[in-house]
Amino acid sequence: MFIDEIYKVEAPYREPMVVKGYRFGKGDKAACILGPMRGNEIQQLYICSQMVRVLKELEGNGCISAGKEVLVVPVVNSYAMNVGKRFWGVEGVDINRRFPGNSYGETAARIAGGVFEKIKDYSYGIQLASFYMTGEFVPHIRMMETGYQNASLANLFGLPYVVIRKPKPIDTKTLNYNWQDEMTAAFSLYTNKNSEVDEASANQAVAAVLRFLTRMGIIRYESHSGYISHVIMEDDLTNIHVTSGGIFRGLVRAGEDVRYGHKMAEIIDPYEGGVKETIVAPTDGIVFFTHTEDLITENDMAYRLIHRLHA
Amino acid sequence: MTEEIFSIEMPVGERLIIRKNRIKGEGTGEKRLAVVTGIHGDEFEGQYICYEIARRLHENPELLDGTVDIYPALNPLGMDIADRNIPKLNMDLNRMFPGKENGTTMERAAAAIIGDLAGADLCLDVHASDIFVKEIPQVRVSEEFAEKLLPYARLLNTDIVWMNATATVHESTLAHSMNMLGVPTLVVEMGVGTRIDRGYGKQVIDGIFNLMKELGMWRGEVPKTQFPVISTDGEVEFIRSHTTGVFLPAIEHNHYVKKGSRLGSVVSPLEGKVLEEIIAEKSGLVFTLREYPFVYEGALLARILMEVDKN
Repeated sequence: MFIDEIYKVEAPYREPMVVKGYRFGKGDKAACILGPMRGNEIQQLYICSQMVRVLKELEGNGCISAGKEVLVVPVVNSYAMNVGKRFWGVEGVDINRRFPGNSYGETAARIAGGVFEKIKDYSYGIQLASFYMTGEFVPHIRMMETGYQNASLANLFGLPYVVIRKPKPIDTKTLNYNWQDEMTAAFSLYTNKNSEVDEASANQAVAAVLRFLTRMGIIRYESHSGYISHVIMEDDLTNIHVTSGGIFRGLVRAGEDVRYGHKMAEIIDPYEGGVKETIVAPTDGIVFFTHTEDLITENDMAYRLIHRLHA
Repeated sequence: MTEEIFSIEMPVGERLIIRKNRIKGEGTGEKRLAVVTGIHGDEFEGQYICYEIARRLHENPELLDGTVDIYPALNPLGMDIADRNIPKLNMDLNRMFPGKENGTTMERAAAAIIGDLAGADLCLDVHASDIFVKEIPQVRVSEEFAEKLLPYARLLNTDIVWMNATATVHESTLAHSMNMLGVPTLVVEMGVGTRIDRGYGKQVIDGIFNLMKELGMWRGEVPKTQFPVISTDGEVEFIRSHTTGVFLPAIEHNHYVKKGSRLGSVVSPLEGKVLEEIIAEKSGLVFTLREYPFVYEGALLARILMEVDKN
């Protein structure tokens, strides 16, 4: 294992922020696994740290394939993480909206550019990512429909779902989009948590990445075969919005199966304590996303369902 | 007459309301001008402009021939706590347009804003700068719509019209969405975040009445206005910090500098030494100057409009 300095940022009153890369094996730039660009992505940091631990062990046992190199960048935005901020610096810039970066631009663009320069030549790019809305997901691989996306490869992670969505203009500044633009097969891996560690789903993510690396011939590792992934288009998910604001009492969790009419949540009046609204399943399906905050605003999305076609 | 254009119930005893003030003239004219501001909650320059336009129109309704709609706070929660983004969601409202009628809460808000503005003859989206740099009054237009927008932009009494400037005119912004809908929309920018410069405000207000006069909406007198310098990105020199420290400007904002002039220094308060002298590499007008003292490598210190001198 080699530890490289991927990028370094100086600050007036803090130790420099050094983005570190942990390199395993030698040869073709086979796969890059990249962790948090946002300061609240603690689960993603944990997953990457576990990837480093496992790959170190595998390398020690000679299980990295000859002529293949794997790079893990456990964290990009450690500065934000250490001060409890989500985005970069006082400007609050999302580094994942600054790709491919610019070495002459503002600080966040330089970080993105410096990091991208070191990771853009890998054949496979795996980003441990977070969604802009807080909530819980069923673990899945997310891809943008850029024309270069490859859902068949995404199936090899063996996670239950692969979600494909159409990119919006703002997505063209994300790592995933720019990786694909550089012909890296890019995957964003989402687990159920962001700002706290969930050991079970983190282990599932580590196993999924190891499974993918094994199936691509990059490592030798004994893993169970995982799921046969179900590929879904994001637009086909059934969104359930609430029609009133209040205290959210969720009754089902991500991954649960619900039937039409099943009671999914209640909105409680924050003054009088009664139930203002009951949210019921509009269709049979599997809960893909759940709102998890205790408060909810009118029209907020409480759930997203994968519509079940077959009973 | 004030109207609600969007309203939703928040979790605890409050509604999020976006309002406009519709001021109809006594004439029979059917033209409609929309003045919007407060997309970014840390930008207050538009507050003075809204107030002063409404005051003058209420004082002289007989001089108005048409309708002026004033939207002083498109991001009311952000303005309440001087948060540039949408509080809690931590997203930039000006990257959510054209919104989605059946989407998340703020996607619906964005869609409602677009729906209400549709049909206007002209829209002005008034911004201040952020809290980091100060700007002279300027109009920003994208090259895509320049042919249609420049004749209006010239009337607004700003110092410059900057064509093809970056983020503010990008896709997903209000201005881009409105221009795509066929409503000519100009982005006006001035001052610095969380402050009001009434001198700049008055300058732009004179420009707005000048514009209304040209549109046939205002029968009153307007002061003599200036012609702006029309610039493109190629004529703007970006000056960024090459080091990390505290920036001490040596010049005033809105000043002409010669090539080789000292613009300021980046210093180390800990060591009591100058880390970097900032020197102008081109002559021109300093139309952007950093206000916020802390800088990282890459921080924007100034922008110079080249080939412009006092004469």
